[in-house]
Amino acid sequence: MSEAIAAGAPPLAVLSRPRAPLALPLLAGGLLLSLLASAMTGPVALPPAQVAGILAAQFGIETGITYTPMQAGVLMEVRLPRLVLAVLVGFGMALAGAAMQGLFRNPLADPGIVGVSSGAALGAVGWIVLAGQIPLLGALGGWLGAYALPAFAFLGGLLTTLVIYRLAGIGRPEAQTFMLLLAGVAISALTGAATGLLTYIANDEQLRSITFWTMGSLGNAGWEQIPVLLLLMLPTTLGLFALYRLLDALLLGETVAGHLGFDMRRARPLLVVLTALMVGTAVSMTGIIGFIGLMAPHIARLIVGPGHRRLLPAAALIGALLLVVGDMVARTLASPAEIPIGILTALVGGPFFLFLLLSRRVGP
Amino acid sequence: MSLIAETLSVHRSGRALLDEVSLSVNPGEILALLGPNGAGKSTLIKALSGDIGADSGRRLLNGRPLEHWSSQARARQRAVLPQELELAFPFTGFEVALLGRIPHHAGPPRPCDREVAHETLRVVDALHLARRTYTTLSGGERARVQLARVLAQIWEPVEEGPRHLLLDEPTAPLDIAHQIGLMATLREIAARGIGILLIVHDLNLAAAWADRIALLHRGQLVALGTPDEVLTPERIHRVFDVRATRAPHPVHGRPWIAFHGLAAVS
Repeated sequence: MSEAIAAGAPPLAVLSRPRAPLALPLLAGGLLLSLLASAMTGPVALPPAQVAGILAAQFGIETGITYTPMQAGVLMEVRLPRLVLAVLVGFGMALAGAAMQGLFRNPLADPGIVGVSSGAALGAVGWIVLAGQIPLLGALGGWLGAYALPAFAFLGGLLTTLVIYRLAGIGRPEAQTFMLLLAGVAISALTGAATGLLTYIANDEQLRSITFWTMGSLGNAGWEQIPVLLLLMLPTTLGLFALYRLLDALLLGETVAGHLGFDMRRARPLLVVLTALMVGTAVSMTGIIGFIGLMAPHIARLIVGPGHRRLLPAAALIGALLLVVGDMVARTLASPAEIPIGILTALVGGPFFLFLLLSRRVGP
Repeated sequence: MSLIAETLSVHRSGRALLDEVSLSVNPGEILALLGPNGAGKSTLIKALSGDIGADSGRRLLNGRPLEHWSSQARARQRAVLPQELELAFPFTGFEVALLGRIPHHAGPPRPCDREVAHETLRVVDALHLARRTYTTLSGGERARVQLARVLAQIWEPVEEGPRHLLLDEPTAPLDIAHQIGLMATLREIAARGIGILLIVHDLNLAAAWADRIALLHRGQLVALGTPDEVLTPERIHRVFDVRATRAPHPVHGRPWIAFHGLAAVS
């Protein structure tokens, strides 16, 4: 009997142990290793010593390691900006995915589901096709320069979010999340149709550009993107991390979150805008790279559990890791050609999604 | 100081779901809310917990109108167990109980929050579920873990005033042993100075365990008092449309109701 009690009723000390206490440092270490591996991989050979030497030289540290100017150029101008972009976009998409799954209380929610991705796609394609035909748009684009495409993609994502947010505000509080999901489905269909129409009237050159962008790619990475990305991502990341208790409470439903002391009329829009901003920013840089926001939080949940205090950083690190490794695979699988990363993540993510759907783990 | 409804009315689509209901949930008492389906029992719980607004009348929580308290201050003074609960994420039983401590800590849970969650799981006899994954539990097991969660929310006294617990049909998913176990647990909780308002459908369960009974019929409060005062055969006939006979319970002497058929259609 006493044995049964000992086995059945765990003492507080046992219950207080965190799940996988070393998960976050190990994931961070794994991410660093994957970054090094990816930096070394490609047509120009870059052994680890040379990577270290080139990086040290950037900070004015003389290591005595010899490398060619070619190696330095490839690392600093090609691989490194691309890796930083992969880390930031993977981090952001995964964080947005984790937050959205909490907001919708649906483990199958993906950033694409609220229609921000397709809205951003419409913005970008609209710019590509229409800039040459509408003088005002062309002038604005000329002034924005290299920022024009991300700016319009971001604008499209933001506008979609605002429309969806207005639609989702209709109805009773408990029905609003449901409305949000349905509005997302409808908006995705609409923006998809508009994007299709623009694709239809595009010329050959525009078509190639559209294809490159809608498939999702890290191929046009450059240092000039990074400050914009950091500027937009830093406040959103801190904001989402700060809301971990709200996200935990929301898993019990919006009414219960209210019972636990959260003012949902204020909390819901805040969460919606933060996640939408995060997705819009990430998508505007690389196009639609799907399923990172679905896969990373799932893997993170298996390791650290559903509590958002550790789930959010774990998911973000896994998202960055997934995109860095995915990009390395995309670059080397059909070398010297490159598989668009969006296609690769969909190839892996699609079956992953179906597996989740078929397994009973996702609940009712 | 208590939780009070003053001539509270709630209208939806021109119909009065609650029609000038006045009652108070006092510290240390179990007040059972009875009534047939659609009488407005859940509406009253939702209005008293602040989930829905009132069209007229007042709701007072410890001397102040409900809406004058911040959401967080409200959360420390009253906990609510809704009838339907969704949770599709793999928290452990202990983690679910710990969620009840959210109104008490600004950051991650403190050691004292863990102690409370552990204690409330023990009180509801669910400590053996502490390490189990919530999504794999049976309906009755989930109900007990959720009860531990709402208890953890109002476990220790707060300076704002007495605490209250609102429960919407907590006995519904439980077998008879756990129904009685739950009522005994609620007795202990009430003894800590917590005012309890609960919806039940079993008249005998209410008669045996409640201090007072509030009887709702078509949105109106038709009776409020001790089980002995409220549960008369005539009133049961009128409100529930069933024929009933009443006798003293052979063991504890409280009203004991036997039903014998639906009321005659006249």
